[in-house]
Order: sequence, then structure tokens, then C-alpha cells
Amino acid sequence: MNGVHDMGGMDGFGKVEPEPNEPMFHQEWESRVLAMVRAMGAAGAFNIDASRFYRETLPPQVYLSSSYYRKWLLGLEALLLDKGFISKDDVAAGHSVAPAKSLKHGKFSIADVERIMVRGKFGRTAPAPAKFKAGDRVRAKNIHPATHTRLPRYVRGRVGVVERDHGCHVFPDTVANDAGEHPQWLYTVVFDGHELWGPDSDPTIKVSIDAFEPYLEAV
Amino acid sequence: MSEHDHHHHDHDHSELSETELRVRALESILTEKGYVEAAALDAIVQAYETKIGPHNGARVVAKAWSDPAFKKALLEDASKAVGTLGHVSRVGDHLVAIENTPGRHNMVVCTLCSCYPWEMLGLPPVWYKGSPYRSRAVKDPRGVLADFGVSLPKETEIRVWDSTAETRFLVLPMRPAGTEGWSEDQLADLVTRDSMIGTGFPKTPGAPS
Repeated sequence: MNGVHDMGGMDGFGKVEPEPNEPMFHQEWESRVLAMVRAMGAAGAFNIDASRFYRETLPPQVYLSSSYYRKWLLGLEALLLDKGFISKDDVAAGHSVAPAKSLKHGKFSIADVERIMVRGKFGRTAPAPAKFKAGDRVRAKNIHPATHTRLPRYVRGRVGVVERDHGCHVFPDTVANDAGEHPQWLYTVVFDGHELWGPDSDPTIKVSIDAFEPYLEAV
Repeated sequence: MSEHDHHHHDHDHSELSETELRVRALESILTEKGYVEAAALDAIVQAYETKIGPHNGARVVAKAWSDPAFKKALLEDASKAVGTLGHVSRVGDHLVAIENTPGRHNMVVCTLCSCYPWEMLGLPPVWYKGSPYRSRAVKDPRGVLADFGVSLPKETEIRVWDSTAETRFLVLPMRPAGTEGWSEDQLADLVTRDSMIGTGFPKTPGAPS
């Protein structure tokens, strides 16, 4: 979706302000939100792309004015409500008043913690040969899916060069909507700064994205 | 709390209270429904606080600076190479190490959300997840580097890696001069988190930290 989360190339957000000796969490509740998102994801309530999509669909003014973990909280609530794991009555009461729904992987317990500290595996067996190889010139398609996608707006319609082939991976655009993993070839595609930002831009810049094959067309 | 934090309205007391209540309510709902053990949530937080962090990435960088065979393996398949180091936390698939050279500086961003190599660097700092960095890193990386007090020769190529998939990027910074004969432990102390994101350099030997 063409949401405000897709910020690459936008102006006006000001300077980057690193915080010296930044703590891992600024408030205790942030750590609880992180833990709930990780636990409910691991229990099978949702996948990582669905959780991203629910944060992206927050209203733009909410997205921009909420802290990072506040966005995680709002996205988590919306996702659990939509999938029927919690109800509006539960939320209104602040306690469970409706029956529970069964989770794909069962209750998340202490024994599961070690497992989630290693990233999940997203590589899959290739369903078809790769269309592109390193060195190929490709154009990022001018597409505007209304749902979750990992093709940022700033490269759409632009021509780049395939640099690496990462094998086949779960396709976020479908898995985010529970429409299946549909594994796709994934490539690092490099764009010249001039191609993205015009002839007046810094000539020393190159930017790459990792692009799934359906995002690309041969040039 | 720094002066900087007061500019964020999310630290405003009234919103914080509302957020805190909401978080507690959600936690009650999830535990009462039997979806999660409350103690497991504590254990997750504890694991993040103790097991992951830039010390993991620093070990990897120091090893690559010291051992050419490891460096070669790291650049070919970082997940596999890191997996051979027993003292570094286990790492998931699709970690990619990218090498800085005198002619090319690498910098990592996630313009769409906050993708970051957690196992190597810990949880990302607020600035990495914030709008200024995410919006500008791909269009004006030199301007962003200036915000960090970093400047590069004007002819140096700057390569920005936008983490748009499940690949994760670790910058392998250049080994500082004056560290010949140093042990991996000594070298690891020079490796900063930002040098592995590409928004900083390793510490200089002898300089105050």
C-alpha cells in the first residue's frame, strides 16, 4: 500500500538525532509489547508480514505521531481483534471475557523462548528457475498494490542492475494476507543515485533494495 | 532522560499512562486466555536484555580483521561463517556481510519499517526506526552521516542497502590503522554499533572512548 510508512526519499522530517547511551527500552511497557508481539507471532497467531501490514494500516497521522512501540501495540491489538484472538469486549473490560481461540502452535511457554531468539527461516525450495541473474538490467515495475508490499515507491519505474541472487523466499505480498507463501526469487538490485533522484543528485550514491522477482521486469 | 526525548509527544505523561494501562490490559487478556505464560514474557525480555547486542557483531568483525580465511567465508555466506563461532549467539539465515573499502562506504537502512540484524547488533536504536533516518538515508546519505559527525572523501562511493526483505546486513568496517598485532579481544573493543550500521567508524586506538 502507498502508506506513510514508505518513507524513502521524503523530505521534512529533520535531522537524525542519535541518543547517547540509549537504553534498550525507554519505558518498561515497551519491553512488554515487544514480548507479546514475539510470543503471539511464535504461537502462530500471525506471521511477521501480517504484523508489519497492521502497523502500516494505522492512520497516517497516528503512524507519524506514535512512538515505535506504541505503533507495535496498536498494530498488535488490531491484528488480534481482526483474527478473532481477542474481542472488543475483552478490550473494553481489560480482561478476558470471551472464549479463547486455538493457536496454531499452542500456548507460548518458557520452553519456546530460546527458539525465537534465532530468526525464522524464510528460504524455500524454488518452484521455477530464476528469471534474472547477476548483471542483468531490470526495471522495478510501476505497480501500486493496495495491500502489503516490500517494493518501496522510490524505486518504482526505475532501472537498476541485479547484483546478487538470494535464492527463493516467502513472498510478503501474499503471506501478509494469509494468501500463502508463494516463494519467489529474491535479488539485490542496485540503482544509481541519478536514476532515483535526478541529475542534480550526488553522483557517488548507489542504493540497493532486495526485490522479489514479481517486482521486476527485464529491460 | 535526555532533552531530546522531551520533543517526542509519546513521552508525554498522559499518553504514557493510557498506553501503560492498555499494555497491561492486553497482557491480562492474553495470559487469561492461555495464549502466553506471563513468565515466558519475562523470559523474552530478559533474553533480549542479556543475550543479544553489538558485542556479538563486534566479535565477528574482530575475527574478520584477524583471520583472512574467516573474512572470506563471512563475505561469501555470513550466516554460515558466524555459525562456526561458538561464542557468538546463534544467527538466522540470510545474514549478509558487506565490506567497507577505501573506495566504498556501506550504510544500512530499512525505509519501510525497522529491519535490522538483531542477533548481531541487538534491538535497533530509536533513530534507526525513526522517520528522519528512514526518509533521508537513501536520498541524502552524506547529510545523514553529517548528523552523526561523520564525513567521507567526496569521491568515496556510498552504497546504501535498504533492507526490504528478510536479508539482514552487517557492515564490516575497515580495520583502524595502528592495530597491528592486536588480539581479537582488543580489536573487538574498537568496534562500535554504528560502525556496523555504516553511520560511524570504529574507535581509533588510543583515543578516549
